Amino acid sequence: MKPPRFENAGVDAWLVRLFDDIDEANMPWLMALCRRCEEAFGPALVDLVPSYTTLLVQYDPLRLTAGQARAQLAEILADLRPDDEAAAGEVKELPVWYDDSVGPELARLEAASGLSREALIEAHAGHEYRVFALGFAPGFGFMGSVDPRLAMPRLATPRKRVPAGSVAVAGRQTSAYPRVSPGGWNLIGRTPVTLFDKGREGLSYLQVGDRVRFKTIGRDEFERLGGDTTPVAPLEEDQR
Amino acid sequence: MSQQSVGALRVEKAGPLATLQDAGRFGVRRLGVTQGGPADLHAFAWANQLLGNAWGAAVLEITLGGLSLVAEQDTSLALCGADMGATRAGEPLAPWQAFTLRQGETLTFGSPQAGVRAYLAVPGGFRGEPVLGSLACVVREGLGGHDGEGRALVVGERLTFSLEARPGEEACAVPAQERIDYGQSPRLPLVPGAQIEDFTGTSLFQAFNDTWRVDARADRMGVRLTGPVLHCHRPSMISEGIALGAVQVPPDGQPIALLNDRQTIGGYPRLGTLTPLACARLAQCQPGQEVHLVAVALSEAQEAYCRFLRRFQS
Repeated sequence: MKPPRFENAGVDAWLVRLFDDIDEANMPWLMALCRRCEEAFGPALVDLVPSYTTLLVQYDPLRLTAGQARAQLAEILADLRPDDEAAAGEVKELPVWYDDSVGPELARLEAASGLSREALIEAHAGHEYRVFALGFAPGFGFMGSVDPRLAMPRLATPRKRVPAGSVAVAGRQTSAYPRVSPGGWNLIGRTPVTLFDKGREGLSYLQVGDRVRFKTIGRDEFERLGGDTTPVAPLEEDQR
Repeated sequence: MSQQSVGALRVEKAGPLATLQDAGRFGVRRLGVTQGGPADLHAFAWANQLLGNAWGAAVLEITLGGLSLVAEQDTSLALCGADMGATRAGEPLAPWQAFTLRQGETLTFGSPQAGVRAYLAVPGGFRGEPVLGSLACVVREGLGGHDGEGRALVVGERLTFSLEARPGEEACAVPAQERIDYGQSPRLPLVPGAQIEDFTGTSLFQAFNDTWRVDARADRMGVRLTGPVLHCHRPSMISEGIALGAVQVPPDGQPIALLNDRQTIGGYPRLGTLTPLACARLAQCQPGQEVHLVAVALSEAQEAYCRFLRRFQS
């Protein structure tokens, strides 16, 4: 690990840059840094945003000057040890109905990868992913890394309405949309799981560091689990 | 609380976007939940201050006017921020003051004369069920607001507050030097940082010396600026946490200042971060308005922000 770098992020935040590349091995360090910040900053901590290689630390400027906050971070980093236990991550399962009606880009991936439909689904579902960050929308987990054969750039024109539960890939990342929203990822299926629920403890089904497995289910099982089978609107209709 | 002690304003016309906002939602950004809160922190703080409310009491943020409210009881209110050509019982009502709305009288907002967002405070703040610790309404996320579901106001709704929180004197007004003339071209303080070293020298010169124009693509997520095309050696990056006021530059070279409802992480290179009060000022600019970016030192910017906060939080 290179020495961590501090970058100011305005009047009340520092960005700590720990790594340069996306790697599962970053997770124990980032999670340890989150925990240590919570302990050390106490009530002066306003928010934390961990992502693949960085941690954004927002503090209360009425309690700490920028210099004091930076010194506090430097002190934590001086003896930071990876938190393997926290970073082991919970295993979460996401049942997915892979079907053209809810995953219109399955055909595009098939054509680009040269894989059969079965092999394609097996390549996506037969792998354990890590949640590197949550962002874009509440409960939207950025998961990696997808089999390079399935790596696919985003759509040239994003959809205006991606249905809730849509399972998608972009580049070597995969995710599921917690609620209907605009989005440019390639849709390949749908999960019936509610990904963000403000009434649930923990709020988000996925948490940073989780290990996620997709499980192939059929239409009947998808409906039994409460899934909405409404097909994705054709692109031309979506753009209206 | 007895029924008598609850005051209410009824929505007669809803306008394009009126939402409840408190200081914002914090501590849940690692779940992808954004900050929310008032786009103009300055006007928000003064509206509450005029009624003697605690810092962060929930106010109504009225975007682009078009709203009409009827009082169900005599009520003290305070209005700050944009001049929307407001009228009280048909008489013109200027912003930056506290006033009384009598039972049955209507408060109406027309269209923006200067600025784009007005802030209406009630004694003790609007009531509602906090969602993840905050009433801040974020429409995109379906969180907060008067109904908890992140919806903007619609006709027929009743907004309630406590009548027991007795406000201060009527006609209490914001000092002249704190009333902002939103029609002027603002100079927006920006703390340089992030990937600023990856921009070309010419681009950096232009960023801080040329005139920027506020684009029509401006909302609570962010405000696009148009002007010289900025060039960065680094087209995109691994996504990382984004602070309020971060100025990102996508491949088209036109900066976007990210505001309260921004996405929590992003991967475009950034010039640095506008101060919170620069964000507040930018959020009042109309499309086409000219702005300038001014580089400031972190320590100086932090001191200025703390002076502002202490004025309202002590």
